[in-house]
Amino acid sequence: MLYFSKFRIISVILISLFFILIASSNLFKFENNLLNKKINLGLDLQGGSYLLLEIDNNPVIEQKIQNLSITIRNYFKDKNIRIKNLKILGKKLSFSVDENFKQTILDTFNDEESELNPYYPRFKSHQLDISEENNIFFVNYSTQGIVKLKTSSQDQALEIVRRRIDEIGTNEPNILKRGNDRILVELPGLDDPMRIKSLLGKTANLTFRFVTNNDQDSFGAEKLSYEDESEEDALVSKRIILSGDNLLDAQPRMDSETNETVVTFTLDRVGAKRFGKATSTGIGKQLAIVLDGKIISAPVIRDTIASGSGQISGGFTFQSATDLALLLRSGALPAPLNIIEERTVGPDLGQDSINAGMIALAIGFVLVIVFIFVKYKVFGLITNITLILNLFLLIGILTIFEATLTLPGIAGIILTVGMAVDANVLIFERIKEELKNEKNNLIAFDSGYTKSRTAILDANITTLLAAIILFFMGSGPIKGFSLTLGIGIFTTLFSVYFIARLLTVLYVYRNKEKEGLI
Amino acid sequence: MIAFNKYYNQFNILSISLVVISLFLLTFKGLNFGIDFKGGTLIELRSTDSKINVSSLRDNLNSMNLGDVSVKNFGNETDFLIKFEINNNKNIIEEIKSNLDKSFGNTFDFRRVENVGPKVSAELLKSGVIAIAVALTLMLIYIWIRFEWQFSLGAILALFHDVLVTLGLFSLLGLEINLSIIAAVLTIVGYSMNDTVVIFDRVRENLRKYSDIKIYDLTNISINETLSRTLITSITTLLALLSIFFFGGEILKGFSLAMIFGVIFGTYSSIYIANTVLVRLRVSQKTVLREDESN
Repeated sequence: MLYFSKFRIISVILISLFFILIASSNLFKFENNLLNKKINLGLDLQGGSYLLLEIDNNPVIEQKIQNLSITIRNYFKDKNIRIKNLKILGKKLSFSVDENFKQTILDTFNDEESELNPYYPRFKSHQLDISEENNIFFVNYSTQGIVKLKTSSQDQALEIVRRRIDEIGTNEPNILKRGNDRILVELPGLDDPMRIKSLLGKTANLTFRFVTNNDQDSFGAEKLSYEDESEEDALVSKRIILSGDNLLDAQPRMDSETNETVVTFTLDRVGAKRFGKATSTGIGKQLAIVLDGKIISAPVIRDTIASGSGQISGGFTFQSATDLALLLRSGALPAPLNIIEERTVGPDLGQDSINAGMIALAIGFVLVIVFIFVKYKVFGLITNITLILNLFLLIGILTIFEATLTLPGIAGIILTVGMAVDANVLIFERIKEELKNEKNNLIAFDSGYTKSRTAILDANITTLLAAIILFFMGSGPIKGFSLTLGIGIFTTLFSVYFIARLLTVLYVYRNKEKEGLI
Repeated sequence: MIAFNKYYNQFNILSISLVVISLFLLTFKGLNFGIDFKGGTLIELRSTDSKINVSSLRDNLNSMNLGDVSVKNFGNETDFLIKFEINNNKNIIEEIKSNLDKSFGNTFDFRRVENVGPKVSAELLKSGVIAIAVALTLMLIYIWIRFEWQFSLGAILALFHDVLVTLGLFSLLGLEINLSIIAAVLTIVGYSMNDTVVIFDRVRENLRKYSDIKIYDLTNISINETLSRTLITSITTLLALLSIFFFGGEILKGFSLAMIFGVIFGTYSSIYIANTVLVRLRVSQKTVLREDESN
C-alpha cells in the first residue's frame, strides 16, 4: 500500500492541478472552451420560476368522441347500414343496429386493417374498444388509444407553450415533458410569473361566429357571455366562420380614429376568402369574436372585408392587447392546462441563499480543519490539504458536467467536508493501533491502510446507496443535494487513497525511524 | 477502556421506551406536514416597514377567507412566512398582493412563492415514503451480503430506531416535514449504517482473533477500539451541520436540525442497539467461522 511509482505521483499531481484549474473557471473567465464551463445555479439560487403544468385531456377526448359519432354514422351509411340511437355519453358513445348487421359491426371494429379503428401492432391493441350489451353497442377509447391521444396532445401543447414563452423572451427557459400529460417549465431569473401563468392558463381558442336570434339555427346555437360582462349574454351560432388556425399574424395597434387599443390580424388565403364571403353575405349582422367560450366583442358588419386583414376591439389596455396578439400568434392549445405546482424564488432571496450557503461552507470548513489539525498535527495537515483538494475535485467535476447547484446541494458539499475526514481518521486510528504492537513505522502504516480498507468501502457504499436513491426519487433541489453528496464520495475516496496516501508516504519515508510518529 | 457493556440493559430499555413514545406520538399527534406533502400555498414576504408585525398581517389575511392561515416570522422581524391550505382560486397570489398593497402600502417584497396542488402533494408523499422504504431495503440487502444475519438484524434495528426517534422528535416539537426532511432522513440512514458497519467490521475481526472472549466483552472491546474514530467523525460531521444550521439560512434550518438529531441518534444506536442485538443473539466465533467456511 505504501509504494508509489514516479508515474503515479506525476499523474496524481496533474489530476489535482487539472481540477483546480477547472474549478477556478467558475471565478475567472478563460478563452479555452474546455475551461469555459461553469456550474449552473438552480432556480432556488439564481431566482426564477418552476411551473408544473397538467394537460386536461377530458375536453379533447369528449371532442374526439363527438367527431367519432359523425365518422361512424357516415362510414356505415356508405355500407348501407343504418346506425340507430347514436348517443354521446361523455367519453363513450352508444348506438344500435338491426340484428343482422351486428356481426358486421363487430368485425369492422375488430379488423386489424380497419380504417375506422386503427390497430397498433406494437401494443396489440386497437384505438377504440367496442362492447355490446342488450343489443346496444358501446364505443370508447382503449387504454392504448388514450395513451396515443395524450402523447399527441402533449407534443402539441409543448410546442405551443414553447412558442408562447419564446414570444415573451425570457432567459434560457427549460421546457420538458413529464409523464404523458404534464409539462415542466423552468424560467430562470423570472421573479413574477403572473403574466406567464395567465398566458399559459388560456387555451386561446379563437372563433368568429355570427350572432343569431334564432336558436333553431341549423348548426345549433349557444348562449355565451361577454368577456368584460359589459353586455347581456348573446346567442351565438355554432357555425364557425373562421378560427385561430387561419391567422397568419396578430399585432397590438392603436386605432388612430377611436384612440382605442386594438389587435390587428392578417389571415391566410383560405381564411381571407371565407372572411370575404361571410362579410359580404352578412352585412348588417353581428359577428361575434369568441375566445375560449367568451365573447370579446361582436361588431356589426358594415362592409365586405376582402383584404384578409381586420381588427379586434374590445376595451383592451395596451397590455391585454399585446397578450391577446401574442396568444393568437402562437396558436391555440389542444387542451386546457392547469398549473399543479409552482415554486418561485425572487433573485434577492437566491442571492441571500448563496451568501448564507457560502458563509456556512467557509465556517464549517474552518471548524473542521482546525479540529483535525489540533487532533492530528502533521497528519492533520495532510488531511486538511486533502480536504481542500477534495473540494476542488468536487467543484471541478460539477463544473465539467455543468451540473446544477442548489441550496441543498451546497449543504451536500458542507456535509461532504464533515464526512470526508472519516476515511483518513479510520486509517490514522488504525495506524495508531498497529503502532502499539509494531515498532517499524513502514509496516505499521502499511497494515493500517490495508486493514481499514473494508470499513472505509462499506461506510462509503452505504452513503452512496442513500445518495443514489435520492437522486432518482427526489426532485429539483433535492436532486442537487444527492448529486453533490454522491460525487463527494468518489472525490473523497480518490483524495484519500491517492492524494493523502501520497503525502503520508512521502512523510513516513523521511521519518522512518522516528517514534510516536502519529 | 470504557465499560459500555455495563449499561446495555439500561440503554436498551431507554431505546425501547423512546421508540414506543415516538410511535405513540406519530400515531396520535402525527407529523406537521408542510405544503410539499399536504398541498397548499407558501409565501415568504419581506417588509420594508418595520411596524408591520405578525398579528397585523394575520388580521389582514384572515379577512380574505383563505381558510386556515398561518403567519409567522421567518428568520427576522421583517421577514414573514405565510401558509394556507389548498385554494382553488388561480389568481390568489395576485389578490393577496393587491390586498396587502391596499392595506399597508407598497411595502412587501414577495421573495418566495410555492404552490402545490393536491395531486402533486400526494405523489410527493408517496415517493418520499417509497424512497425511505427502498433505502432501508437496499441497506438491509447490502449488510446481509456483507455480514451474517445477526449483524444485519442489529444494523436494521438501529436504523429503524434512528428514523423513528428522529421523526418522533419532529412530531413532539411540531417541526415541519417537507421534501428536504426526507433527504435528511435518507442521509441519516446512510450515516447510521456507516457508523454501525465500522464497529461491526471490528467485532467480526475480533471474533476471528479471540476465541475465549464472550461477545458481551468482545463488543465492548470493539466499541472502545473504534471509539476515537466514532467520536472524531461525529464531531466533524456535527461541526459541518451546526455551521449549516446557524449560518446556512432559514431554508436549511429544518434539514440541518433533522441531520443533527440523526447523527446523534446514529452514533448512539451503533453502540447501544446494533451491538446489544449481537449480544442477545449470542453471536460467537462459530457464527463468523461458519460463514467463512461456506464462502
